[in-house]
Amino acid sequence: MTTHVLGDTTVLLGRSLRHITRSLDTIITTAIMPVAIMLLFVYVFGGAIQTGADSYVNYMLPGILLITIASGISYTAYRLFMDMKSGIFERFQSMPIARSGVLWAHVLTSLVANLISIGLVVLVALLMGFRTGADVLAWLAVAGILILFTLALTWIAVIAGLSAKSVDGAGAFSYPLILLPFISSAFVPTATMPGPVRAFAEYQPVTSIVNTIRDLFIRQAIGTDIWIALAWCVGILIVAYVLAMVIYRRRIS
Amino acid sequence: MTSQHVQAIRVRGLEKSYKKLHVLRGVDFDVRRGSIFALLGSNGAGKTTVVRIVSTLLRADAGTASVNGFDVAARPASVRESISLTGQFAAVDEILSGRENLVLVAHLRHVKDPGRVADELLRRFDLADAATRKVSTYSGGMRRRLDIAMSLIGSPPVIVLDEPTTGLDPQARIEVWQAVKELAARGTTVLLTTQDLDEAEQLADRIAILHGGRIIVNGTLTELKELLPPAKVEYVKKQPSLEEVFLAIVGDNAANSGTDGGTDKTTAATGR
Repeated sequence: MTTHVLGDTTVLLGRSLRHITRSLDTIITTAIMPVAIMLLFVYVFGGAIQTGADSYVNYMLPGILLITIASGISYTAYRLFMDMKSGIFERFQSMPIARSGVLWAHVLTSLVANLISIGLVVLVALLMGFRTGADVLAWLAVAGILILFTLALTWIAVIAGLSAKSVDGAGAFSYPLILLPFISSAFVPTATMPGPVRAFAEYQPVTSIVNTIRDLFIRQAIGTDIWIALAWCVGILIVAYVLAMVIYRRRIS
Repeated sequence: MTSQHVQAIRVRGLEKSYKKLHVLRGVDFDVRRGSIFALLGSNGAGKTTVVRIVSTLLRADAGTASVNGFDVAARPASVRESISLTGQFAAVDEILSGRENLVLVAHLRHVKDPGRVADELLRRFDLADAATRKVSTYSGGMRRRLDIAMSLIGSPPVIVLDEPTTGLDPQARIEVWQAVKELAARGTTVLLTTQDLDEAEQLADRIAILHGGRIIVNGTLTELKELLPPAKVEYVKKQPSLEEVFLAIVGDNAANSGTDGGTDKTTAATGR
């Protein structure tokens, strides 16, 4: 049966990818809010914000990308919850298929959907004047960090989807995650914040990730930030994965 | 061992509690290979709990259950190969088309040529015309038929149907009954739960009544009828039942109500 793990996961992945192509609105709504925030900050607040960078779009894009992911993953929780509610989840569980495949299909779908949303946001940013000197290697590094971040948050979404009692509950967990970038170095330098807020901003995961991506975009030497960013992403990923699996086993036994 | 060859499902001393609620207090029954067995009981009697234990979705507190000779606790993977569950609510993917639903399950059951298997079932369950439509546009009866069709892929020897006709209009109910009868005619063992006495009477070779956490009666329809005092002969003017009236007015019976029955079903639902 273990030989079927990959095949079963691929079949289930094909199924949920089809869900996405048939509800493209989920990808567009995922991209709309970050784009709106980007427009608001660049054309309304941006003029008043002193960042030291030559272009504010360049400065804030990394944070916007993280917001995109944070809002995109709530659809994973939603889809998982709907699967459980509709009974198709039980149908899969009562069939001779690899049980972990059901979750992995949702996780990989989240990755694909979020990468498409990110692509849309980057496109809009380019139209708004975002420019980068990043070479292929730097772009790959950015993509790698974003993928890791997406996977980490998606497994949190899996926990939410598996333990939610209602549709609203399945989606609500993502709001704090969307707000997190606002209390970081994503929109303004942390040095301008009052003491305790600044301390929180500097030691929360988003700041190190934002700083790393920003340095990669402007081709600056990346310092220790990348290691802190990677440690956060991998750490959250492992903890969320283990928790999700524990809840999953409890649900299906 | 010989009895295990005859019995497709064997349940002994099954017990299950949810916190303080003692739902099953020692359930025993056997289902003969190739027969239709109805588990009858009112709401909350524990029918679904029995079904979930038999199909490896739930662990029993005590007792044993085996399907096709495989113990559900010790060999769940083999049980899942032998059984197919159709739950209380049609477990179909609303966003996919009917055909895509069937192909999906065919892939997961690792059958050869999933497309051909899907087309065959679509024809057999009178869904060929609606094959490419999204399931969210299907009527309740079509959904249920698709649900049952999905359960048949890979020809599992045992099918479990949990209240297959709950919430269906009379025509759709007859459609499902025909599908179940056809299954048994092809040699599939069917375990059916229902709270509808008429349904048990129509379909089942053997009927067991689950009450107070135990099987209190288990026998054929004739055996059950013998439990009561012998029938008296009385002359009663036969009034048509409301169901007969309904079916006569609506016109087409289940045999020729095709896939275009969507509008009929809407009127049926609102007409009630």
